Amino acid sequence: MRPTACAPAPLQPPRLWPRRLLVLLVLLLAASALVAWLNVRGEADIRDSASVPFSSTLQQITQGAYLARAGNCAGCHTARGGADYAGGLGIATPFGTVYASNLTPDAQTGLGRWTPDAFWRAMHHGRSADGRLLYPVFPYTSYTQVSRADSDALFAYLGSLPAVAQANRPHELAFPYNSQAALAVWRVLFFRAAEFAPEPEQTAQWNRGAYLVRGLGHCAACHAGRNLLGASRSEWALQGGAIPMQHWYAPSLASAREAGVADWDTQDVVALLQTGTSPRGSAMGPMAEVVFRSTQYLNDADLQAMAVYLKALPQQTQEAPQAKAPESAQLSSGATLYKEHCAQCHGEEGQGAKGAYPALAGNRAVTLDTPANLVQTVLHGGFAPATAGNPRPFGMPPFQQTLDGPQIAAVLTYIRHAWGNTASPMSALEVMQSQ
Amino acid sequence: MPKRRPTVGRAALLALTLLWAPVQAADTSSTTHRTVPDTIAQRVLACTGCHGKEGRSTNAGYFPRIAGKPAAYLYNQLRNFRDGWRTNAAMTHLVGHLSDAYLREMANYFASQDLPYPPPQTTNAPAAVLQQAQTLVLQGDALRKIPACTQCHGNAMTGVLPAFPGLLGLPRDYIVGQLGAWQTDKRHAAAPDCMGDIAKRLTVEEVSAIATWLSSQALPAQTHAVAPNTKPLPMDCGSGLQ
Repeated sequence: MRPTACAPAPLQPPRLWPRRLLVLLVLLLAASALVAWLNVRGEADIRDSASVPFSSTLQQITQGAYLARAGNCAGCHTARGGADYAGGLGIATPFGTVYASNLTPDAQTGLGRWTPDAFWRAMHHGRSADGRLLYPVFPYTSYTQVSRADSDALFAYLGSLPAVAQANRPHELAFPYNSQAALAVWRVLFFRAAEFAPEPEQTAQWNRGAYLVRGLGHCAACHAGRNLLGASRSEWALQGGAIPMQHWYAPSLASAREAGVADWDTQDVVALLQTGTSPRGSAMGPMAEVVFRSTQYLNDADLQAMAVYLKALPQQTQEAPQAKAPESAQLSSGATLYKEHCAQCHGEEGQGAKGAYPALAGNRAVTLDTPANLVQTVLHGGFAPATAGNPRPFGMPPFQQTLDGPQIAAVLTYIRHAWGNTASPMSALEVMQSQ
Repeated sequence: MPKRRPTVGRAALLALTLLWAPVQAADTSSTTHRTVPDTIAQRVLACTGCHGKEGRSTNAGYFPRIAGKPAAYLYNQLRNFRDGWRTNAAMTHLVGHLSDAYLREMANYFASQDLPYPPPQTTNAPAAVLQQAQTLVLQGDALRKIPACTQCHGNAMTGVLPAFPGLLGLPRDYIVGQLGAWQTDKRHAAAPDCMGDIAKRLTVEEVSAIATWLSSQALPAQTHAVAPNTKPLPMDCGSGLQ
């Protein structure tokens, strides 16, 4: 005989089940309806707009070309070696690869049949002309701030480009990230459509800077950090974070210990964005790309405005963590490697060379808590971007062929500890994790 | 009493000067005036880490010699790395944010380097393999529409101006890598991409044999790229002439 303990638990009376199922179903429907409503709330109906012909002015096209630079649209929508704005570049995310779309006015594969209303809805609400929700890899969480006039100018510019027939490549996303329902829930949690509203107590210059930094500049895409679901962590506060899939860290723009510019001269901030280099620091890694493709083309007034806004960001005030002391063996091996490989350019005392190589002594990029950028720089080397203001930058060789993990850890530990720098030592494991 | 104020003033000034001087001295010694030569050679130290001092490279490993290659060829390659027509993560990263003008200056610099070559690589490949490679390199294979290398790259294969590179003094692995990249569409030249077409007509064994043979040839006395060929090219090439 079977022991009674193994008998199945007594079921509820069967007639209660349909009622519970019904309640569950109603709740599910209500939740779906709420998510759906929250996703279309505030959107204008664009169904009739196709009947109104759109004629762009030359001024709109010129303005749109400038704004496309400010938004670095080509950074994603032009594939390396591909036709301008014809899309096709894959952007790797932790959820899969999203392919940028064709923005040229080709009727079949591009924006040829779009209307200014549809384009505005994509920029402002993150919804495509065909009604699909767009993935926020397209940074509409920032572009939602863009004004209707600027959106129309961008549309006019894109419409003036040569049409390129290149079909959009389907995204390669894993379930559930590939479903519109999941995206709708994400948007309820993390997205509010909101045009930039000037703050009346601030100056016009500050407001212009805020509009550019928060909107087309989409600085938050990197400098706000991202949570596990890929949404901005600190949004307009720009408190820094790891850049997904790239092993680069976008430093906080609100901290004197990272990349905050509160105590910089406005002109130095402008110089960094315009030329890629400044007396206070240079653009490297993904920021070099931003300067090369976007900010070097912005006019002085806009760069000044961005600088004023960035200088006024509310500052983080947390103290530096207590740095651990390095082991003497690692330190001395690092010192030897430094003399052999680095001192020729960066100087025996880490003082750098004027106009050519950055000082490492007192350099915030060297002492960042997150050493990812240091590892990337040593492994891959690189040049500051070539710009009108700095057309022939000096370069750093890649060391991935020359130095192994423990050696890179040693030399980085040395430069983080020498000449008055005080940052924690690095291990070979940390170097490996940043690769 | 009337004389006292200036004295105090002078003393204060002296004290200030004495205090200020070491601060200034410390400042200049630690940060500012160290300079490096304002030259293109100094700027491209990023390149010579792998490609060897002044771009001469060695006969071992993978990195190709760039010293003395035709300027237009080097420029085409730098631009192709930047724009995605040639694939190498390290190169793409390095030149990704550089302008056409600067890439041309770099190309001109390395093209102008006139340096001795390292001795050729040694090989213990069977004689039959080397003979097959030599026939393909010097005569091609008309039936399979494979021209001889010498028809475009020069009789001595030291390159032909403006943009056909020399084929000697390169590591074997590098040559295998390039022909393989053309076969798999990882390397492109301006259309019509004749090298892509030729590479795709070669078998894996032929690529290996050609690379072995080329890398084991000694350089002739005259190592420079020669003036453009007056005879017509065996096929349409988009990049060798520009």
